Parts: sequence; C-alpha cells; structure tokens
Amino acid sequence: MAESAISNGLEQSRRWSNEISGYSLLLIWLVGFFVFTLGPTLASVYLSFTDYDLARPPLWVGAENYVRILTDDPKFRDAMHVTLIYVLFSVPLKLLMALAVAMALNKGLAGLPLYRAIFYLPSLLGGSVAIAILWRQFFSTDGLVTYLMRFVGYDGPGWITTPDHALDTLIVLSVWQFGSPMIVFLAGLRQIPRDMYEAASIDGASKIRQFFKITLPLLTPVIFFNVVIQTIDALKAFTPAFIVSHGTGGPVDSTLFYTLYLYQEAFSFLRMGNASALAVILLVIIAVFTAIAFASSKLWVHYDD
Amino acid sequence: MTDSPAVASDDMAGESPKNRRVVNLVLHILLIAVSIVMLYPLLWMLASSFRTNGEILNNLSVIPESLSPRNYIAGWNALRYSFGTFAWNSLVIAVLTVVGNVMSCSITAFAFARLNFRGRNFWFAIMLGTLMMPQHAVLIPQYVMFLKMGWVDTYLPLVVPKFLAVDAFFIFLMVQFFRQIPRELDEAAVMDGCGPWRIYFKIILPLSVPVLATAAIFSFIWSWSDFFGPLVFLNDVKSYTVQLGLRSFVDATSVSDWVGLFAMSNLALLPVFFIFLFFQRMLIEGIATTGMKR
Repeated sequence: MAESAISNGLEQSRRWSNEISGYSLLLIWLVGFFVFTLGPTLASVYLSFTDYDLARPPLWVGAENYVRILTDDPKFRDAMHVTLIYVLFSVPLKLLMALAVAMALNKGLAGLPLYRAIFYLPSLLGGSVAIAILWRQFFSTDGLVTYLMRFVGYDGPGWITTPDHALDTLIVLSVWQFGSPMIVFLAGLRQIPRDMYEAASIDGASKIRQFFKITLPLLTPVIFFNVVIQTIDALKAFTPAFIVSHGTGGPVDSTLFYTLYLYQEAFSFLRMGNASALAVILLVIIAVFTAIAFASSKLWVHYDD
Repeated sequence: MTDSPAVASDDMAGESPKNRRVVNLVLHILLIAVSIVMLYPLLWMLASSFRTNGEILNNLSVIPESLSPRNYIAGWNALRYSFGTFAWNSLVIAVLTVVGNVMSCSITAFAFARLNFRGRNFWFAIMLGTLMMPQHAVLIPQYVMFLKMGWVDTYLPLVVPKFLAVDAFFIFLMVQFFRQIPRELDEAAVMDGCGPWRIYFKIILPLSVPVLATAAIFSFIWSWSDFFGPLVFLNDVKSYTVQLGLRSFVDATSVSDWVGLFAMSNLALLPVFFIFLFFQRMLIEGIATTGMKR
C-alpha cells in the first residue's frame, strides 16, 4: 500500500517533470504562435467587421465589408477571376511539365545531376523581383519574346500591355519554375521498385499500361503533395504581378491577383477593415481547399500500408 | 540519393541495347532543348547588362560584345542611397533570419520529435495547420502592432518573429530528421542525468548539421528574395532591402532603361546563384525529403 503510494508519487513527479521540460522547450514556439499567428488571426477577424483607417479607432460595422465584397465589388470579382484562371492554368501545366521531365530524367541517362541543377535553378530565382523585371522586358512591345513571336506570325503589341494576354505571361513565368515539383516527382519515381516494371513487361504490359497501372498510382502521394503546395502558392502569388503591372494589377485588372488587391486595399487606400475581410476570405478559401484535398485524398491517393 | 544511372533506370527492362541508344539520344536532345529554354533568359539578361538600350533591341545573342561595367556603375548609385546600402540591409536581415530560424525551429522540433509531454500531439497538429496559413491572414494586425511599437522601418518586424519559430516549414523539416536519430542516445543520456536542454545541445544538434544547414540555406535565400514583407514593413528608402531597391529603381528609371535594371537585377540574383552553385545538392535533397516524407 505505502509502497505503491510512493511509486505513484514518483510516477506523478516524473510525469510532471516531463511536462515541465517539454513545455520549457516548446515555450519559444508557443509565444510565437500566440503573439504572431493566433492573436493576429483573431484580430484580423475582428477588424474585418470594422471600418479602420489607422488614424481613428476601428468602427464596428457588422458584416458590411463581407456583404459589399461578395455582392457589390467588381474589383473583388476581377481578382477572384484572375487568381482562379492563374491557378487553373499554371498549376496543371507546371506539374505536367515537372512530371514529364522527371520521367525522362528517371530513365538512367548520363548527366542527371547537371540537368537537374539546370532545371531547378529557375525555381530558386524565378519568384524574385529581378526575374519579374526581365519578364516585363520580354513581353513588352519592343521586348525579346514579342520580337521572336513576329517569326510565327504574331504582329501586335507586347503581351504585358494586352489585357487578354498579360496574365499569360505570368502563367509562362510560373511554368518556367517547374524545377521544384520536378525534384519531388523524381524522388517519388525513385521509390517505385524496379522489379514491378520488370514483372509487368514480362507479363506483356505495354509502356502506356505500365504508366497508368504502376507509375501513376504509386506516385499519387507525391502528386497530392505537389498539387496542394503549388495550388496554395499560386493562390498567394504576388511579386510577379506587382512588378509586371507596376503595382496596379493592370492593364484593366488583368493581373490583379487576389493578394495584390488585398495589398492595395490595405496600404494604398488604408481600408484596413475591408482588407482584413479579404484576408479572412483568403484564409477560408485555402482552408476549404486544403480540407477538400485531404478528404478527397482517401479516394485517390495510394498509401502503401 | 544515388546518381548512378544503373540504379536510377526504371522501365528500360526488356529493351534491346540499340533501341535504348536511340531512345536515350532522343531524350538527350529533348532535355538539352529544355535546358536551353531554362537558361537562356538568365544568360540573355547577363549579356544584356553589358550592352546599351539600343543594342539589346532584337538582339538574341547571349555573348556580350564587351564587358563594360558602365550599367553597373550607373545603377549602383541611381537612387538616393547606393545599392550597397540595400545590400547591407538585406544581408543583416537574412543573417538574423538564419540565426533565428535555426535556433528557434530546432528547439521546437526537438520538443516535438523527442520529448513526451501532455498536449504534444495537439500542439503538433496546430503547428502543421500553420504550414498552410497565408501570411496575409496575420498581416494587418501585425502591421498595426509593429506601427504602434515604432518597429516599422526597422529590421525588427522581419527578424523578431523568426526567433520565435514562426516558420513551421523548418520545424517540420527538422522533426523529420530528428526522428531518425536513434532513441537509445537520449535514453543513455537520461541515465547519465542529462536534462532535455543538454540532450538537445550535446546529442541532437551535433548529429543534425545537415538539416540545420539545409534550413539555414533556405532561410537565407527566402529572406534575401522576400519582397512582400519588406514592402509592407519598410517604407523609408534608407531601410530598403535589395528587392525594394530594385522595385524603386523600376519606378525611378525611364521606361526604357532596361540595361540599368538588368545590371542591378543580376547583382540581386548573384548571392542566391552562388549559394545554388555551392549547396545545390543540399537544396535538392531538402526539397526531395520534405516532399516525400508526409
């Protein structure tokens, strides 16, 4: 009786010392989480129900910002439209390119490290201001790509200044950065045991059949990861559009990415309440997308167990 | 990661050597074509930075005719503060970011990966949730907070959060690595009376140099290239980073002074390019492992 009480006490104090040491190490993250993540997120939700211009205290207006944004805000509709088109084109094109090149590289060619490095470099540099400047030159009216397009019969102004095509230049820029998902695909392809292909070709399965029956199913975890990461990245894209359009999202809102609209509302017009509502809507969009992706993954992502 | 062709090959089984040579040749031609498309823009920008604005028009060549540094000299002092000021600001912010991220994220990752305490899984799930969070969700309150504290136009808004482990990506990366270190090492250290801090410093950190280096390199590159954060928190030209300097250079120069912009763009890309040259393998493995180990 007494013994078990003592051992209980020891057990108790050991457990508590686990908690103390655990939380003493976790404290840094906890402080950062509450001060820089959770607190500001809740404050964003609060501000989204106010009018706030930094000069005067926030004024509670209820759901007014949301109602206006969702029912009577042509800029919001433009921004959603531009962002969705960008996501729907840039993500699949980039991932198809990444997968195709990864499969070619996985054939055991000589020079793999060199190819891989060359393809990866634009991913590392491509999101920067410098490359956005280069893209502006390429697609301006006297730019290099506009000049090259004359050889294939295009004879018009640079795409940067054409509302119908300005967004295309940013999609091209995104596809040019296929290197990072390519590396993830390549790592995934290497996990597929070689004897599966050998067995399949002994059974007489064609290359195409092998791709759909072996490669694609076994690659689904990697495809899932790339789709989620690239989609969220595309939803948050900012720098190229900002530089290419001089911060305007033009011509005629054709490059008005969602985050660019949010930035303008907050820091050009000081409509902090409205911008907070936009931020909350973006957070909800990303959360819903992520939830749907994870829920649907049970149906199509192949996890070996 | 092995790079030996024999190991890497996947579906070449059952093909005749001659067929294989033809396939390989076609693949090489395609891959070289893609390589040219990937590198050409960068090489052209480099060559163009040595030309005049007249010379770059319709000029496809990537071999500069001269190596005159005039665009670099003109661009360096084009704004009220020299490019050197911006580079210094960027460097200080990037170095502090590296130190902050490596220290705070490794301590946090150690707690998640190696310690048992009540609530650990709950907080770990929350931490993973923050991986997906857009920084825009916290942007405006953070801005208001930093404005009231007088931190706007200083390095602090860009640097202080890094010392509090806000970059969940690096925590995640390090947790993956720490979990692979044998548990017996911790247990032996506990027997010897080591507390968690000693285990972290004496056992985990020395064995984790590769992942710490990967995190440091990514931190540096992302901080150096970051545009959105500095754009929001730095308004005074004196506090500008390289990326902001480039952006004002775009606005300040006449529309067609491309060559000056290219010169400064190349300088802005240079540090990232050198890091890529020296640490390419580490970067690639960092991406490959976080993509794989879900």
